[in-house]
Amino acid sequence: MNIFIQVAYLIASVLFILGIKMLNRTKTARKGNMVSALGMFIAILATVIQVEAITLIDIFICVIIGSGIGLLFAYKVKMTQIPEMVALFNGFGGLASLAVALSDFWLNTQEYQREVDYITGTSVALGIFIGGVTFTGSVIAFLKLNGKISGGPITFTGQHLLNLLLLIAAIVVSVFALIIPADPMYILILSAIALLLGVLTVIPIGGADMPVVISLLNSYSGMAACATGFVLNNNVLIVSGALVGASGIILTQIMCKAMNRSLANVLLGGFGQTSASISADGTEVTVKEVGVEEAAQIFDSVSSLIVVPGYGMAVAQAQHAIRELSELCEKRNIEVRFAIHPVAGRMPGHMNVLLAEANISYDKLIEMDEINDDFGNTDLVFVVGANDVVNPAARTNPNSPIFGMPVLNVDKARTVIVSKRSMGKGYAGIENELFGYDNCLMLFGDAKQTITKLVTELKEL
Amino acid sequence: MSVEIFILLLYALVLASYLGFELIAKVPPTLHTPLMSGSNAISGITIVGAILACNALGYSGVSKWLGMFALIIATINVVGGYAVTDRMLKMFKKK
Repeated sequence: MNIFIQVAYLIASVLFILGIKMLNRTKTARKGNMVSALGMFIAILATVIQVEAITLIDIFICVIIGSGIGLLFAYKVKMTQIPEMVALFNGFGGLASLAVALSDFWLNTQEYQREVDYITGTSVALGIFIGGVTFTGSVIAFLKLNGKISGGPITFTGQHLLNLLLLIAAIVVSVFALIIPADPMYILILSAIALLLGVLTVIPIGGADMPVVISLLNSYSGMAACATGFVLNNNVLIVSGALVGASGIILTQIMCKAMNRSLANVLLGGFGQTSASISADGTEVTVKEVGVEEAAQIFDSVSSLIVVPGYGMAVAQAQHAIRELSELCEKRNIEVRFAIHPVAGRMPGHMNVLLAEANISYDKLIEMDEINDDFGNTDLVFVVGANDVVNPAARTNPNSPIFGMPVLNVDKARTVIVSKRSMGKGYAGIENELFGYDNCLMLFGDAKQTITKLVTELKEL
Repeated sequence: MSVEIFILLLYALVLASYLGFELIAKVPPTLHTPLMSGSNAISGITIVGAILACNALGYSGVSKWLGMFALIIATINVVGGYAVTDRMLKMFKKK
């Protein structure tokens, strides 16, 4: 391979690294993304000049189709749907890696009748396996997130045993594919097992755990690209695949920590199924209801406010109403901040994107660890569509299934108002002790409507 | 592939992973969603492999068709991933 191409790949790798580095500050993040895209452009250009002129037209057509679909997705998607879109794109990355690895193997063994050495062959098998699991796993995550299939865990007896047997079968057929490369059957069986295993490993995982699953699949898509890099003997694939793999693993760890669950516990699935028995023996909580007018008077009397948004806020499309409320409060010299729990949305950092879309300044969005000590000297906390992440039982009740999970200490504030549609339970399916506390008032109703009314009331005061 | 080349590629893998861990640990939680969709776009680097796989002449081979399929899918991943990340980051404003 010529030196110019190698240098171009090196430059592309450096640009990816720089791009990610620039993502560590909100100010430089957008430029960082462009730097990374420039790296991709250079890598593509350096590859295109290697191909036969006559195949350029095929490549051009594919790129046009792919770009059209990609742009359509990117500009049509609603911000609430970002998690499902990222899940789907992860899947595409995995499927592309599977196809490239399979294509290379097919070209060598079937079309050229060449021998394939063990290192390349193993990389092909890994690329196909990881790529396949990533693809169907992501499609299931996508379907669970957009509600096309039930978000609940789907389990059956012998599930884990079946997965284990399939994994062993995958290793066995890979070995056969390496020993008898001329027979394409083995590599095709491997692809089928990988695709099946992707489905089976994600269906037992409940909708609430999807942030972990998307992060992990993100990591897998990077690893699949890495394996393809070993197949093609190409450094830029390995470096960028490794960056993505690392990124996914870190985000997976952060999500698991925020839910106080081990990765194994998430992956084995079935969480939330025990909820019925837990709520049955729990004591009934008696709540105090508050009307919009009374709530407006409370808002009028405070000098500090922390808003705690949860995914319920996004479901009710109440972001813009909340922005209005916070602006109104600021005009009245009330200090307004937003406390963001790491699992507040449906993927890491999702809530920040939703609030940014509603035009809320990002310096007001404070992460849990930074704001948690401030609740004690805050007059009013307004919880909108969040439940489990503000449940004090996580600190106080060792019998609670969420005991030990880091939560926002909203109960320490002088007054807490909870905007909630009804007394329904959170994702974990457990009672929230907070709602029965003396300093907690419930503001029932659709979040968007209630907050809009609250704003109107507050304007008149 | 020779063992020497394999070891060199392994070096790249290990060092890039380490660098990745260091860099990504510094990204603030506020930006985790754009980070994920942006790194998702980077994983579309398989596009390079897909272009090479398309390079076979004639339309009779399975490998060529697999390559063209991979190229379409990888392009969706790359172009869509960068575009949606840009769309998100554009919204982050400080007043």
